[in-house]
Amino acid sequence: MYVAVKGGERAIENAHAWLAEERRGDTSIAELSIGQIREQLALAVNRVMAEGSLYDPDLAALAIKQARGDLIEAIFLIRAYRTTLPRFGASLPVDTGKMACDRRISATFKDLPGGQILGPTFDYTHRLLDFKLAAEGEVPEAATREATPGNVPHVTDFLNHEGLIEEAAHNDTTPPDLTREPLEMPAERALRLQALTRADEGFTLGMAYSTQRGYARNHAFVGELRIGAVPVEMDIPELGFSIEIGEVTLTECETVNQFTGSKSEPPQFTRGYGLVFGQTERKAISMALVDRALRWEELGEEDEGAPAQDAEFVLYHADNIQATGFLEHIKLPHYVDFQAELELVRKLREEAGANSVPEAAE
Amino acid sequence: MSDYNFAYLDEQTKRMIRRAILKGLAIPGYQVPFASREMPMPYGWGTGGVQVSAAVMTPDDRFKVIDQGADDTTNAVSIRSFFERTAGVATTTKTSEASVIQTRHRIPEEPLREGQILVYQVPIPEPLRFLEPRESETRKMHSLEEYGLMHVKLYEDISRHGHIATSYDYPVKVEGRYVMDPSPIPKFDNPKLGDMAAIQLFGAGREQRIYALPPYTQVVSLDFEDHPFEASKPDHPCALCGAENSYLDEVITDDAGGRMFVCSDTDFCEARQAAGHTGTMNGKDAA
Repeated sequence: MYVAVKGGERAIENAHAWLAEERRGDTSIAELSIGQIREQLALAVNRVMAEGSLYDPDLAALAIKQARGDLIEAIFLIRAYRTTLPRFGASLPVDTGKMACDRRISATFKDLPGGQILGPTFDYTHRLLDFKLAAEGEVPEAATREATPGNVPHVTDFLNHEGLIEEAAHNDTTPPDLTREPLEMPAERALRLQALTRADEGFTLGMAYSTQRGYARNHAFVGELRIGAVPVEMDIPELGFSIEIGEVTLTECETVNQFTGSKSEPPQFTRGYGLVFGQTERKAISMALVDRALRWEELGEEDEGAPAQDAEFVLYHADNIQATGFLEHIKLPHYVDFQAELELVRKLREEAGANSVPEAAE
Repeated sequence: MSDYNFAYLDEQTKRMIRRAILKGLAIPGYQVPFASREMPMPYGWGTGGVQVSAAVMTPDDRFKVIDQGADDTTNAVSIRSFFERTAGVATTTKTSEASVIQTRHRIPEEPLREGQILVYQVPIPEPLRFLEPRESETRKMHSLEEYGLMHVKLYEDISRHGHIATSYDYPVKVEGRYVMDPSPIPKFDNPKLGDMAAIQLFGAGREQRIYALPPYTQVVSLDFEDHPFEASKPDHPCALCGAENSYLDEVITDDAGGRMFVCSDTDFCEARQAAGHTGTMNGKDAA
């Protein structure tokens, strides 16, 4: 006998309790602390801060713990928390030229003012599982040296002296705010960059990769990649001047792209730009490539119909919180629509004479 | 009560949403862009409806949530408890007692009255989306009232199948102007959209759109003179309450093809059973 589908409330409660137990795992193994996650899973923390659009390593670590390591779920927790925060004001634009660089490399010049600094990178590690890590040993201290005093200049400025790269037009207008206004098309570059910096890393990587494989190829060189802390300043109305309120670690990638010129622009190098919270260089490079691909119109390039050139396609599908929510909502009941479809298909089959299967007992 | 503001959203945000709602009511069927917020439930799970409900809710309201017509489906339970926790409002499962009803995929069977608000959760607010994927294009089509593509689609259905092959999410025209997506309600519910005494608000969170139908708005399901719109439902009475004119869910009862049809609107069905109506498979005689 059919029992009316009841008990949703209890089912949810029980599911939550079970989830909490699974999250904790085997209680004979020590529980993870927020500090451990923040310090030892720092790149996961960085991704959660970047795509969550909230710079707070402790909260990101908490979200990762709560989400059982599911980073998109953690990003979701951060985003939902972020919306509840009051907004006191806006900082001044950060100056990445003043960055205290942990890492700074250029693929276009062998040596350059400020030097090449490899920093803490996986790049030249051999990807061999290090079984010593399983034995929880202490790490020997890394060598240090005094930082070179002074600012590290941007590589693209060198090219700019010669007029070889397009001028990055200076613009002091306040950019639109994706989190306070609906995303509307066409989106100007500042808005596109804002969407890309919080976009899903995997999606952005895939889009960028597609440009390298010929879907709107734009021949990118990493002019410069830098990672480090920059001071954040804010104008305090009561004081009448700006003060430093803290610092954030950023990854900035400027690509230098080959460009043979178009009807409207002379032959010159063009720019792609990526700027992301934390040490997140895969994302920053991807962002720069996608940014460059999306600029086809202003540079007078041809529309090749490539996915990475299509701002609506890229921007409306890059947000993993929107995407995962909508994707997973198909788990929700759809009895009503499905019933309507059932009736329709039955009717159409009946009329098409295809209904040779005998009606089952009711 | 929690540390959050009444109904979760801060007052500024609610004001922004109310402005979008008012604009929507002033231009029935027009999709108003609004700065949808990230909510603590996933996009696609009713965030648009939740934001609209939060914006119109007052502490005196009595709130009802249905999903697929039922108050007890898990997501309806989840949204109801969200507002119990963040707004502390009274809730109910009775359609007639509710002042704000949030729904997904159904319009209650019981006619709504003046003073009630029906809030729809909308996944894809753009009725032209699957004919034209670009938002910049579809907005142009709406402003130019260029709906030929939709009529061609419906015509092609008829020429291919002999019917318009859309059974839910069936497009409507509002006050002779905007073509509107009624959200994925079965087309059985379409006739209830027009001339309704209650206010109807539609919230699409992920797509950042709000639209609305003020009371007693003219809403016409798109059709052709020789192929008039037909609201259809399974051709059975409800097996629990015997209703002949309610929308039904089909429930599989065994693995030998046995099935039964029951009202999708649980409140409607329960009220009828309480009033003594009974169907062929009511537990009382068949258990």
